[in-house]
Amino acid sequence: MDELVLGGHRFTSRLVVGTGKYKDFPTMQAALQASGAQMVTVAVRRLDLEAQGESSLLHWIPKDMVLLPNTAGCYNADDAVRTCRLARELHLGGENPLVKLEVLSDPKTLLPDVEETIKAAKQLVSEGFRVLPYTNDDPVAAKKLEDAGCAAVMPLGAPIGSGLGLRNPYSLQMILDQTKVPVIVDAGVGTASDCALCMELGVSGLLVNTAISGANDPVAMARAMRLATEAGRLAYLAGRIPRKLYGSASSPLAGVIGAA
Amino acid sequence: MQAIVNGEAMELPEGLTVSTLLEHLGVRAGRVAVERNGEVVRQARHREQKLAPGDRLEIVTFVGGG
Repeated sequence: MDELVLGGHRFTSRLVVGTGKYKDFPTMQAALQASGAQMVTVAVRRLDLEAQGESSLLHWIPKDMVLLPNTAGCYNADDAVRTCRLARELHLGGENPLVKLEVLSDPKTLLPDVEETIKAAKQLVSEGFRVLPYTNDDPVAAKKLEDAGCAAVMPLGAPIGSGLGLRNPYSLQMILDQTKVPVIVDAGVGTASDCALCMELGVSGLLVNTAISGANDPVAMARAMRLATEAGRLAYLAGRIPRKLYGSASSPLAGVIGAA
Repeated sequence: MQAIVNGEAMELPEGLTVSTLLEHLGVRAGRVAVERNGEVVRQARHREQKLAPGDRLEIVTFVGGG
């Protein structure tokens, strides 16, 4: 069985999806199901004390899906660590939860602040969290996060929500070559072919939100990404042919009619 | 007494605990987590943890995110 093992969980799906920016909960629920994902990200936010009784997000997430709380919106290590501690309390189960660590540097690029991310990762690992850090497509940063004890590394393909796809496949290949823990591409995916491309390069999984929730038909896009992720994974395992500059006939050269 | 709840200054009755604060605010306990002055108050301690004037409290829940 081809499984993704992450922090004590075993997943047959390699697509992790977000729960943000859907137009309504029923659409989100249908998209989560169509994606085949077995783990979904959620954010931690102040309860709106004026809007009590609003429909709860968790009510719309299928019960068998693993929750991956994130630290989205944090701009320093301290806030990210506090957010993870609150998420652990919200989980009501397990002292060693998976968390998606995301420490941003500025609101325009949404690029990670790697220095703060590493600092937070060390603290969270020491407190027993299984940390999945969002990071740059930088092999040096990825190595530091792996050495800090993270359960995976999650380099971006392109900035969050940009839909630019995989901008730097060569850096990603360096990260894949050196990394012993799973590598998950987090952020940048725009459409299904981006999923397939990343999976063909050998990444262990993908994390996608905006490209699904922002599509004209999120449920159809979720299914497209499920299929592309599976196709890309199969192609990676099957082993592609080497690239060659010149042609190489697929039919026999002998026995062509009219030959001398 | 005065306290800061989710960033807003609030006038609260004296002698509240975390549990009675949640009741006072009409929050259903369960799917919220509470931080007092930067430290998480574990669910099991909500009934005993007393609040003090000037406390900074955060009451959070899960929302959609990526």
